[in-house]
Amino acid sequence: MLPEAVHQQTHSPSLAHHFDNLEQQREAATLGMWAFLVTEILFFGGLFTVYMIYRSMYPQAFAAASHELVIWAGTTNTAVLITSSLTMALAVHAAQTGNRRLLVTLLIVTIALGCVFLGIKAFEYYTEWVEHHVPGLNYAFEPEYYRNAQIFFSLYFVMTGLHALHMIIGIGIMLFMLWWSIRGVITTEYYNPIEIAGLYWHFVDIVWIFLFPLLYLIGRHAHV
Amino acid sequence: MASSTVLTPPHHYLNDGVGIKSWLLTRDHKRIALLYLAGVTFFFFIGGAMATLIRIELITPAGDLVSDETYNKLFTMHGVMMVFFFLIPAIPAVLGNFLVPIMIGAKDLAFPKLNLASWYIYMLGGLFTLYAVVAGGLDTGWTFYTPFSTVASTSNVIPAAVGIFITGFSSILTGLNFIVTIHRMRAPGMTWFRMPLFLWSTYATSLINVLGTPVIAITLLLVAAERIFHFGFFDPRVGGDPVLFQHLFWFYSHPAVYIMVLPAMGVVSELVAAGCRKPVFGYAFVAFASLAIAVLGFLVWGHHLFVAGESVYSAMIFSILSFLVAIPSAVKVFNWTATMYKGSVSWETPMLYAYGFIGLFTVGGLTGLFLAAIGVDVHVTDTYFIIAHFHYIMVGGTIMGYLGGLHFWWPKISGRLYNEGLAKIAAGIIFIGFNLTFFPQFIVGYLGMPRRYHAYPPEFQVLNVLSSAGASILAVGYLLPMIYLMWSLRYGKLAGSNPWGAVGLEWTTTSPPPTENFVTTPVVTWDAYQYDAQQVEGHVA
Repeated sequence: MLPEAVHQQTHSPSLAHHFDNLEQQREAATLGMWAFLVTEILFFGGLFTVYMIYRSMYPQAFAAASHELVIWAGTTNTAVLITSSLTMALAVHAAQTGNRRLLVTLLIVTIALGCVFLGIKAFEYYTEWVEHHVPGLNYAFEPEYYRNAQIFFSLYFVMTGLHALHMIIGIGIMLFMLWWSIRGVITTEYYNPIEIAGLYWHFVDIVWIFLFPLLYLIGRHAHV
Repeated sequence: MASSTVLTPPHHYLNDGVGIKSWLLTRDHKRIALLYLAGVTFFFFIGGAMATLIRIELITPAGDLVSDETYNKLFTMHGVMMVFFFLIPAIPAVLGNFLVPIMIGAKDLAFPKLNLASWYIYMLGGLFTLYAVVAGGLDTGWTFYTPFSTVASTSNVIPAAVGIFITGFSSILTGLNFIVTIHRMRAPGMTWFRMPLFLWSTYATSLINVLGTPVIAITLLLVAAERIFHFGFFDPRVGGDPVLFQHLFWFYSHPAVYIMVLPAMGVVSELVAAGCRKPVFGYAFVAFASLAIAVLGFLVWGHHLFVAGESVYSAMIFSILSFLVAIPSAVKVFNWTATMYKGSVSWETPMLYAYGFIGLFTVGGLTGLFLAAIGVDVHVTDTYFIIAHFHYIMVGGTIMGYLGGLHFWWPKISGRLYNEGLAKIAAGIIFIGFNLTFFPQFIVGYLGMPRRYHAYPPEFQVLNVLSSAGASILAVGYLLPMIYLMWSLRYGKLAGSNPWGAVGLEWTTTSPPPTENFVTTPVVTWDAYQYDAQQVEGHVA
């Protein structure tokens, strides 16, 4: 079948002019998001490399600094994020099956959980500030690890800060998806935006799944 | 040259919408290519102005024209502008943007809005970096080595680093767009092994862009954070390791060399096939050589650290891996040469650039082998030998490929022919000027003249004067195409759809192409470069 013919047959308002059909458009968008996530892996990968090298250079200082983090906040946030991934996955299903009311509800819950995560994260940052754990700006630490623990806290703020930035962008995307869902742009024929927004959301979640043990858990009990 | 009497069609992408808004808000990949053409040309001449001042300073051994600090800023800004704002985007963003959809028979790239956004991101990054120049310059070298860049330098590191960080996203998003387009938008019958080789090399380049650029982005972000907040990442005072910065920097910046030269290799494959009227010898080898270069290119960054405190075992492994990259590069050179063998070799302008590329790239590549050998590298590290080597790759390779491609596809882009005589003269001037500029630098570097100094011992003066004389010839060579290409826009003869008698989908549509590229979507039933089958004009009825 010639592509022109396909174009005529399935002309839908959701189809951009340069694609032949919705299937091609969907595949392109999905592949585009996966390629973007590969970029993101390398972006965070650079940070993880730096972290692992310094962790192996200064294990005791890192354990001591890690011990100072608010473990209950990190743990709660892990649970919050995993739950938000569940509601996101369910939202994709709701979009596929055309259940608009459920889709809207699930997107709102996902956004709310994202906000809870950021709130707890802000509380943690505040705690670190009060406890003088911010290198360069407001910093004090036990003399033995004073120098090397700065690397840990610097990495902590950059890694969690970039993760939080991704969460904020994710919430922005979800608000956009919510608007589209309410307006009825999302249909059973054209639910791909929800699907690829979900891919992004899960990715940000997975980054946290790696950050949490690296920053909060490893060597926690080694340091008394 | 096949003269065609086909008139320019009344409607094409250049007259589909008039006024500045129709350009600044366009989503047409062809117009975005021209926006990039304006951008890269602008930054090229800024970088070129810096180079001019450097070469004038180096005519005399004494540092008399500029102070040492100003000189540091000149070579830094020359490197930053040329690498990040000209060489990396030049071929992919200008020729790639224009050609990728047309060569595969698509109407546009997969994500046209993202494509336009990429251009704005590129320009925004460029403005940040320009601000760093205007506000007093940057003196770290284009490599931003720590701890100088984080602790010692008082120049504008932050705006420059932020500018490069931003521009990186333009490379990433363009790469992503090309990857998705090549995977998903090919016309019926356009299989992977029917694609022109330019697309294979663009694809390999895009892979490097997507995989490498985020690493330089995060690295420069860490440098900026260290400067702004006094965080400690690479600062030895808190136990940070400056050599780690070098590893991260070169993890991107070595593959970036292949981002610059792979697209030029793709262009040369097209030029050689069209110029010799033959299929490229060993199509699959050339295609896979592009991918092999992309993969191996990620495994050789350590050869920039032979004298930086790297263990002898890693140095040995990086040395061996660096030698390996020569294999796919040599495959390409041999295959182009084999293509010319018994071909009806043309002496038209694009082909002159292809000859130039093959010769100069070979010199650059072979001297690269000297540098992969640890013993030689230790001797010539940070000398003009290095400068000459990478200019042979980046200027002799990338710019020759870029100009060759620009001349080859200019009739398609503009619908007009340029003055062939002037173009041939310019190509000759560039080739002579380039060699006169950079060949003496091999010698002066081998004799021990270090890079990055504004003064030097008097015994090096003769070679430096030769080099500066060459640079002035080269400058004339670069200005000429600016003039006659602009001139051709108004006064050039109409090109017709296929002025070279070349095969390839881009030559089957009109010049300039209509906004949707093809009136009807082409169906491809032939392999690339079917010159023997002579489907030259009009294989789409």
